[in-house]
Amino acid sequence: MIINGVSIDATFAEAFPMKATRAIITAQNEKWALISAQAMTGFATSVIACGCEAGIERILDSSETPDGRPGVAVLLFAMGGKSLAKQLETRAGQCVLTSPTAALFAGIEGDKRIPLGKNLRYFGDGFQVAKLIDGKRYWRIPVMDGEFLTEATTGRVEAVGGGNFLVLAESQPQALAACEAAIEAMRRIPNVIMPFPGGVVRSGSKVGSKYAALGASTNDSFCPTLKGMCNTELSMEVESVMEIVIDGLSKEDIDQAMRVGMQAVCDLGAENGIRRISAGNYGGKLGPFHFHLQEIMA
Amino acid sequence: MSALTFTLTHRPDQRVDMSPLSCHLLEGMAPAEIAAIELYMGRRKVRVDALFKISGSDTQHIVIENSFSKLDFIGKGLTAGQITVQGSAGAYLGMAMQDGVIEVTRDIGIFAACEMKNGYLRIHGNAGDFLGAALPGNRMGMKGGTVLVKGNAGERAGDHMRRGNILIEGDAGDYCGSRMTAGTIAVMGQTGRYPGYAMRRGTLLLWRQPRLSASFNDCGAHTLAFLPLLFASFRKLDSRFAESSAAFKRVRRYCGDMSELGRGEVLVKI
Repeated sequence: MIINGVSIDATFAEAFPMKATRAIITAQNEKWALISAQAMTGFATSVIACGCEAGIERILDSSETPDGRPGVAVLLFAMGGKSLAKQLETRAGQCVLTSPTAALFAGIEGDKRIPLGKNLRYFGDGFQVAKLIDGKRYWRIPVMDGEFLTEATTGRVEAVGGGNFLVLAESQPQALAACEAAIEAMRRIPNVIMPFPGGVVRSGSKVGSKYAALGASTNDSFCPTLKGMCNTELSMEVESVMEIVIDGLSKEDIDQAMRVGMQAVCDLGAENGIRRISAGNYGGKLGPFHFHLQEIMA
Repeated sequence: MSALTFTLTHRPDQRVDMSPLSCHLLEGMAPAEIAAIELYMGRRKVRVDALFKISGSDTQHIVIENSFSKLDFIGKGLTAGQITVQGSAGAYLGMAMQDGVIEVTRDIGIFAACEMKNGYLRIHGNAGDFLGAALPGNRMGMKGGTVLVKGNAGERAGDHMRRGNILIEGDAGDYCGSRMTAGTIAVMGQTGRYPGYAMRRGTLLLWRQPRLSASFNDCGAHTLAFLPLLFASFRKLDSRFAESSAAFKRVRRYCGDMSELGRGEVLVKI
């Protein structure tokens, strides 16, 4: 398949099941809601070492938030329910509780509930106040700027992590420009995040390593400087490869995000140095969800 | 299917225990069976059809017409459905109700919503003493749900209250929120003497400055983030509390009762 001179590989991206939740952070204004959300979703690019994958889903208008203030929706993904709960609580406690004027609310329903402010309340040292409003429990925790208002729990849902595609370009600036265009388009899609810095990862990995202690290592087949040294996937014209990783609340959400992202890359086309789009295919070793690039773009 | 309607044919001298005429107890019963139910009237028992003319068949919506202040225990332990009382109601209205809706078009007696667990009580007139309270000797009053009083409430509203909302559009009597453990009482009118007397936790939300006892301490003026959520939850009610002009988030906060646990608060609109 070739779109606008860009070859779409007959391959698929592999993804795996995760647990996810959404939280809504509000603040006095959008600036402070974003600061809090950025802190909460910082150092959350990959479960390999960060404990969870997290990102800002979108900015919320004041009409969309529970307390009528500007807000930000964040999504967190982890491999298990316990690790998700732990990461959520730690990040909420260190990044939202501490953030001036911020309040924290559940952003998703789910049969499974995990603590949001339920345990943070103990920071109130006995001065915290519970309020049950419309069936939802909130905690008012006295802090130095007034009160930190947080919902007690949020929902936990089944999700999919690790959807991806690779952009193969003739130069590094061209690969980055294509990825930036893809991310801009993908950020309009609900229920997904692209957890890596700016949504783009330049150090895509393969499963396994020559070093026993490592479960993942550099994806040598797609490293342009190794073209002459290993079983490369790259033609001589390809000088740079970048990857976009997508976590979503469902397979369909990732499908949609990949479609608009790859379309944005294809719109730049061969005339902007984009040669191919491929995917992280690990021969079925990584996960049960398969995203076939050509089917998505058909 | 029209509402099951009990029209009081005459006003008895003795008080009547109406607790058998709740939606959950009448479900699936034939009209003849309902007519044969015996109600306590003072020390005696009388058949329902000796007091009421019965019409309609929807046991999940009961209407009591010509009701007056000696019909006690209406909606006791109600689990679902709706009871509409046209007229006044006696004592213990909605006592220990678990869900559903009770509406009364005029006044109600003492101990309404006492030990109520959930549901919605809407009173168009005035409420007697011990609204949402615990029964004498018990230590757990209302545990959930919402009580809306469009008129005034008597003394000791919310005594021993643990959870839920009591919303009073008019005035509240003395000792409003006494011995509260938690929950919210909102009063748009005046409050009597000793509001929040011996309250441990919970919130008294007042539109007018009360005469607080010396055991409440001034915590200053604050903008509280939970108030917009609380007022938003009132918007579905047919009440002045639902009006956007009623909402505020700037309050003066008094904590107390310091002679007790002292974790309660009186929030006064500023």
